Formats: sequence, C-alpha cells, structure tokens
Amino acid sequence: MKKMTSWGKYPHIDANISAPLSSHMLANEKRNIIARGLGRSYGDSALSENIIISNRLNHFISFDENTGQLHCEAGVSLHDILMNFVPKGWFLYVTPGTKFVTVGGAIASDVHGKNHHIDGCFSDHVTSLTICIQGEEISCSREENSDLFHATCGGMGLTGIITKATFKLRPITSSYINQKVIKAKNLDTVLELFEQYRDATYSVAWIDCLSTGSNLGRSLLMLGEHACKGELTTHKSGVLNMPCDMPSFLLNKYTIQAFNSAYYNKQVKEELNNTIHYDSFFYPLDGISNWNRMYGKNGFTQYQFVIPKEAGKEGLKEILEAIAESKQGSFLAVLKVFGKGNINYLSFPLEGYTLALDFKLNNKLFALLDRLDLIVRKYKGRIYLSKDVRMSEEMFKASYPHWKKFQVLRKKYGADERYLSLQSKRIGL
Amino acid sequence: MKNIIIIGATSAMAEEVAKLYAAEKANLYLIARNTTRLESIINDLTVRGANTVHTSAFDANQFDSHEVLIEQAFETLGYVDVVLIAHGSLPNQELCQNDTTQAIEELNTNGISVISLLTHTANKMELQKKGNITVITSVAGDRGRQSNYVYGAAKGMVSTFLQGLAQRLNKSGVHVLDIKPGFVDTPMTAEFNKGALWAKPDKVAQIIKKRISKKSSFSYTPAFWFIIMTVIKFIPKFVFTRLKL
Repeated sequence: MKKMTSWGKYPHIDANISAPLSSHMLANEKRNIIARGLGRSYGDSALSENIIISNRLNHFISFDENTGQLHCEAGVSLHDILMNFVPKGWFLYVTPGTKFVTVGGAIASDVHGKNHHIDGCFSDHVTSLTICIQGEEISCSREENSDLFHATCGGMGLTGIITKATFKLRPITSSYINQKVIKAKNLDTVLELFEQYRDATYSVAWIDCLSTGSNLGRSLLMLGEHACKGELTTHKSGVLNMPCDMPSFLLNKYTIQAFNSAYYNKQVKEELNNTIHYDSFFYPLDGISNWNRMYGKNGFTQYQFVIPKEAGKEGLKEILEAIAESKQGSFLAVLKVFGKGNINYLSFPLEGYTLALDFKLNNKLFALLDRLDLIVRKYKGRIYLSKDVRMSEEMFKASYPHWKKFQVLRKKYGADERYLSLQSKRIGL
Repeated sequence: MKNIIIIGATSAMAEEVAKLYAAEKANLYLIARNTTRLESIINDLTVRGANTVHTSAFDANQFDSHEVLIEQAFETLGYVDVVLIAHGSLPNQELCQNDTTQAIEELNTNGISVISLLTHTANKMELQKKGNITVITSVAGDRGRQSNYVYGAAKGMVSTFLQGLAQRLNKSGVHVLDIKPGFVDTPMTAEFNKGALWAKPDKVAQIIKKRISKKSSFSYTPAFWFIIMTVIKFIPKFVFTRLKL
C-alpha cells in the first residue's frame, strides 16, 4: 500500500501500486484498476484501489521520417518526445500546458492546447492505439474497432489500459515561437480580439478574475506562430523548485489581487511582439518543479468549464461576476476559444468559450463551485473531467450526453467492472 | 561515435544511460537476462538515434560463460569506450538469514558475478590502453546494516575490488568508476513511499555519463549522499550496533 494523490493534492488515498515493465505484465486479475501516467490530472481520475503506473512503458517503437508518424508505448512523456524530436525538426501537434504528461494520459484526457480552434484535440492526430482489456491487447482506430477508439480517446482510462499509440508529429524549422501579447481592458474587448485573430495558430488569454465593473474580464491575449528561423534547441530542465508546501494563508484575496494587478500592468504597451522559446510559450509553469505546493498543504483544484458560443458573453459574465463577488480569486485564470468538438464519447471541448480557474481548497469553495455548475448547466456547458474532483453525478450525466453509449461500450468489452477510478464511481460510471 | 557495452541493460538506470548515448549516435552492445524486454529497448534506442544496437543474453551466475561473452562484445565493437556493469538484485534480507543457498546466490549475483565480468573486461581494456569501466554498486556497501547486510556485503566487495582495479589500470590509461547511488526510484522500489532523498533514474544516468566523460572518480550519486554516508560511517560502533537502521 502506498499513499497516493494527484496534482491538486486532494484527496489522499492508500492504493496498491504496480509499475509493469512491459504490457505482457499488466495485472489483470484485479478489479478497481486505473492506469496512471505522471499524475498531472488535478482530481481523483487517476486514483483507485489498484493503480497501474505506466512510467516503465516508456519506449519508442518506430518513427517514420517521411510522414512524421511516431509509434510508441503509452508511458512515453511529452517531455521525452520533445527532447528527442525537436532537434530533428519535429514538434507535437497538440500540447497541453505541461510537458509532464504521458501519451496515454494525453489520449485518455483527450487534452487540448492553445491551437484547439485550428488543430483540435490530441486524439485528432492519433491514427491508432492499442488498449489492454482483461489481459488482451486490442488495437483500434477510426476504421478498426472504431467504437472502442472513440470511447478510449477522452475516456479517462475507463475502457482499459492504453499500452501503445501512433500519432503524427508536426514539422518545424525552429524551436521558437513568434509571440504577440495584447492588452484587453475587459471581457468584450478580449472576445472581439479572439474573433479578430481567429486565424492565429495559438491563442489564449490570461484573465484577471477579481476585477469588476467596467474592468470585468480584463486580460492579456497571447498569440503565437512557429518561427521559421532559429535553432532547433530543446528545453532545459527547470532550475526552480518549490521545496515544501507554502503556508496557505499567503494566498488570499489581497495577495491574489495584487498579483493580478501587477501581472496586468507589467506590460505597459498595448501590444508586445517578441520571439520566445517553445518552453516559455507553452510551459511557463514547468520551470518551477512542484508548483502545486504553492497552494499549501490542503491542496487546490482547477475548475475548467466550456459553454457554447451562443451562450458566450452573458454566460461568461455571469460566472465571472459570481467569482469576483465570492472573492475566491485564482492566480491562474485562462480563457480560450474552442473550435468544433470531436465525436469522442467523453471529450471535453465543444465549440465555445472555456475558462480554467485555479482555486485553493477551503470549506467555502465547493459551495461556490456548485453555484457555478448551475450557471454552466443553464448555458448547456460542461466541466473538464481531468481537472474535476467534486462534480455530482447529476451534473455529469446532464452535460455529457454520450455517457450512456460509453457505458454500453464498456459493458461490451468487459471494462465496466474492472477499470474504475474514484471519479468514475462518483459520477456514476 | 562511441562504442558502449552495457551489462544488465534492462535495469532502469542502465537503460537511461543507454538512451543518453543513443542520442549521440553511439554503437551499443546490450547484455541482459531478459531478452523479450531487450527487444523493446532495441527499437527505442534506434528511434533515439543509436547507430547500431547489438544484444546478447546472459545469466550472471553462469560464470564460465563470461569470458566468451566479453570476448564477443569486444570483437563486435572493435574498440570499446565504455563498459557499464549494472545488473543486480535486491535480496530479501530475512530470507537470506534463514537460507544459506539464498544468501550465497545473492552474493554471487551482486558480488562474484560482477568481479568475474570485471576481470575479463579489465584485461581487455588494459590491452586497449584507453576506455572506461563503470560499475553501479551502492551506498549500502559502505557500512553493514541489519536491514540489508547481505546485499551490502556483496556491493562492498565490488567497491573494494574496484579501488584496487582503478590503481592497477591507471597505468594503462583506463578510467575505473564506482557509482554508489542512494535511493533510486526504480521498479525494484515501486512500493516505497518516496521522500526528498529519492532520485529518478534519468537524473542518475546524467550524473553517471558526466562523470565518465570528465574521468571523475567520485562515487556518491547524487553527490549529497557523500555527506549522509560520511555521517553514517563516523557513528561509533557502540552506538551503531544499537541503531535500527
């Protein structure tokens, strides 16, 4: 038995751990199994009575230099891919805000990045994958066992253990990004700017969620394009480390307000153009190891929701006002416009606006999040499972319409009684 | 282009060292017991850039096979830059206390087999008059503790052997490096709760490669184990015997 928790450091559980050295060694006799990569999901989706850690299933299998197709085991991390392929002129098509996730985790969460409006989710570049269900390895793709493929991409590990995957890498000629940062004085402005720059490959906005009134939703919009010139250099390992939990009282409404103001006003010019390394553009927080300790020993959560474009402005305003009023601000609030969603059963993105907010855990927080759930539901939106630690079964089933199809498929493959996480039990899967 | 022989190539630390050399387009000769796992490692190292990857199966405790094994590896690669010996097992101390066969087998795997391989390797390297021999031992060899003194005795024997070997081969320009890792987060230790003293195998591999290229003779990996082990070695015997380490 080992003490386990995920990135949000809540909850903590005792679990049986196994770290198989090859897919032939996957434990299959047990129930309540969940696969786990690098533990970067925030909540309880990679926690269960029996946890299979994929960190030794970390081998590349083959790479086709003509097509950019990489075939590898599911425990390979995006960090490892970048270290090996950036010098050869390849990058990921879709990357989340940290490189410390595994390929299996990226598929199970069907992660998105700053280019969702152009390139979709991680799984949209996956051509095939292999999944181990009850000891049997089954390959699937859009053509072969397509139901299993669409359930597994975004399926939170609940269809079995992903063991291998083939996906495409993006050719690059430089490891640098041409960045443009634009100040937006409120929500209306930033949404207009997103619209104006909809052809930009990468776009995301940092948003100050404590400002109110005419400043509601003031933000910095960050846009990026792969540079053509520059060296193909990889990232360096982070030099900073948060050595222990920060006393949690240091994060309060005053310090967060001060930080947000400083961050917004740090940039004096209305528009800034520069060229930065991919590591600073995509992974600013990876530079500080264990940054999650900043939120103190009680941990934190990230509330990420999406609401359809039609609901857009009003919905966002209503939520931002509710947060500003509660004074439970977050350091990291990120706004992004999603493109069209895909047809995976439980993938999170749908065409509209997504906002991700970090909150320190305290006894008043879940009441606020329950209130936000009601607003999200009213506008026909939903919450990202990989960040969630407290959503109700009712909310989940109302907002993920394909959950029934997902359950039927799990039953068909015999995965429903075997692969379960604390989250899946909570939301009725 | 470097030519590297790795014995115990499926061990977590050895595999990470192999990845680092593969990225530099090295020729690798991997020796391990488990050949199914070697196959996935060959593919992996090839994608990472290895020029060639050769493999050979072996059983550490078949001492009489060692000479041919080393002979073949040197013959295949021609000149050898680095020989890394990394195989080993983590014995169950209690089992060893009650079963001499078990204890002797563990001493053979972690101690005698390494010395046998080292003897053949050293003679080859001496003729080359260049190159490096690196062995992964353990901080456990520095002082016997009740929790794992069979393992410690085997590792300590190898470390003492390496001290002498380093002196002998210094004349021929061969660099001998004894790597003593502390706690490393490997499959062998998956069940342990890990604190601040634990290092990741890729980190340990980077340190090993750096020490090889700098011809360092510093053993403790990561370096802070030097301080910990110095303290442990200086605890007076009458106090030490009462401790629960």
